[in-house]
Amino acid sequence: MTTLDTTAVPGAVRSVAAVAEDGNRARLGRMLQHGGWFVAPFLLLYALFVLVPILRGLWLSLTDANITGEGASFVGLDNYREALGDPLMWESLGHSAYFTLLVVPCIVVAAFLLAMLAHHIEHAKWLWRLCFFAPFLLPSAVVGNMWRWMFNPDTGLIDHIFGLESAWLTQKSTAMTAVVIATLWWTVGFSFLLYLAALQNIPPHLYEAAALDGANAWHRMIRITLPMLRNITGLVVALQILASLQVFDQVVVMYEFGPGPEQSTRTLVQYTLEQGFTSYRVGYASAISILFFLIIAIVALGRMWLLRKREEGTR
Amino acid sequence: MSAGVGVRKSWSPSQIILTVVGAAVSAVMTAPLVWTLFTSFKSEAEAVAVPVRWLPKDWTAQAWKNIFETGNITNWFVNSLVVSICVTFVVVLVSALAGYGFARTEFRGKNALLGLVMAGLMISPAVLGVPLFTTVQSMGMIDTYWGMILPQCAPAAMVYILYKFFQGIPREVEEAAFIDGAGRWRIFFTIVLPLSRPSLSAVGIFTFIASWNNFLWPYMATNNPDLMTMPNGIATVMNSYGIQWAQLMAGGLMAGLPLIIVFVFFQRQIVAGVAHTGLAGQ
Repeated sequence: MTTLDTTAVPGAVRSVAAVAEDGNRARLGRMLQHGGWFVAPFLLLYALFVLVPILRGLWLSLTDANITGEGASFVGLDNYREALGDPLMWESLGHSAYFTLLVVPCIVVAAFLLAMLAHHIEHAKWLWRLCFFAPFLLPSAVVGNMWRWMFNPDTGLIDHIFGLESAWLTQKSTAMTAVVIATLWWTVGFSFLLYLAALQNIPPHLYEAAALDGANAWHRMIRITLPMLRNITGLVVALQILASLQVFDQVVVMYEFGPGPEQSTRTLVQYTLEQGFTSYRVGYASAISILFFLIIAIVALGRMWLLRKREEGTR
Repeated sequence: MSAGVGVRKSWSPSQIILTVVGAAVSAVMTAPLVWTLFTSFKSEAEAVAVPVRWLPKDWTAQAWKNIFETGNITNWFVNSLVVSICVTFVVVLVSALAGYGFARTEFRGKNALLGLVMAGLMISPAVLGVPLFTTVQSMGMIDTYWGMILPQCAPAAMVYILYKFFQGIPREVEEAAFIDGAGRWRIFFTIVLPLSRPSLSAVGIFTFIASWNNFLWPYMATNNPDLMTMPNGIATVMNSYGIQWAQLMAGGLMAGLPLIIVFVFFQRQIVAGVAHTGLAGQ
């Protein structure tokens, strides 16, 4: 009996411990059930300020509601029909799209070049990061005012430095370009940081191996750096397209909340707010908002679709 | 490369060229800020004098004095601080709780709710401004602090970032604490949160920058000059009575410089924070 006991005990102890551990795990699992309380505060805010406005927007878009919300009557799809036939809506959408088309490639290329520069300079690394990124920390309203001042025809710095005498902000041909320049200066720092982080994540041994194989700087760039940056470029392009389509702040500040020279800088966000808050046509503005949301959703889903396709391709 | 191979810092010809290019680009990037600073120390008359001069002929702090004496810029500054600090606090707390809830706990309808939150990544006040306004209006919160703060407190992106982060924490840590008899709230607040400091500060830094600089929502949410935040006051009130460029630039610097000064001292954390939150989009 005694011998049996001594051999049996270690196993028994182990199994008791295992049972206890299983029990703990199960109890922990049970305790973590009903975790709804963890997400409840967020869900409440999310419901009030995201879900309710969406549903409300959907409903309002089917009515002729004004800003007071009283006496609205159901008008079916009239607002949508009107929006799709509204030349000003299309023009504003065009301005936002034109801005996006101009600014996104500039930001991507400039951010990449700045990151390459900051990554390869060995001295005073903090200084380059500070100078390239600092403008991103400014409020959009300040950026708008600064560049309105920079582009001022007689007393602005731009014309002074380049010896020009052009009224950037009062001509249709340069109005949007001025916004693009201001925006590039303001936001390039964000994408720059993403590229810099990506460059620092490229394993150095790739370059060491390539150097042993006698690859020159150009080949290392084409064969290693650029392919390794493909994902980050996709991310930067997607983030910038989504942000640029929603452009509003710096444009209205630069053009004093007006439509710009010959109505050439009114963006879609601006047109929607004008319809809602100046013309008090909340129903119509909501319909445009919903259409705008669809455009944003298509871009976002398109990116997800591209990512998934590429993942399948590499498998 | 420079970092990888471990070469000592050198002044090779290529390094000299790169540094010169870097300095030139930096000069271009900082020129608008320097120009703004110099303008703010000119008199209003000199600011618009032709020909343009870089440096003020007579340095004067008149514009700075004026914005403090005549406008309500100190109000705006305090409002900006109150709004951004509240938004940051609520966002960090609420999205940490939600991120943990989605990553670690079980409850009915979790996956459906997670999907719903992901869909919210596409929504912004720029897209849904008008319906959001009427919603907040019907709650009676237009022209109140709450109306400015709360709609900024439901960022799906931050929940997503922390959700991803909490998924990566090994479960053993929580199990050990549980065996020691800690309850789930204590585990969360005393074990999990301290472990997540880098991610939480990334979310906090990004939220604070976004909220301090937010223009669109406070612009819609208030018409009362006493309640405005810095960006709104500068863009609307200061622009409304004849432009005084020196004052406008001084006000702009007052809105913009705090973050830039903070950045000089906490560069590493802020860079990590912005890169971290940005990269989470992958």
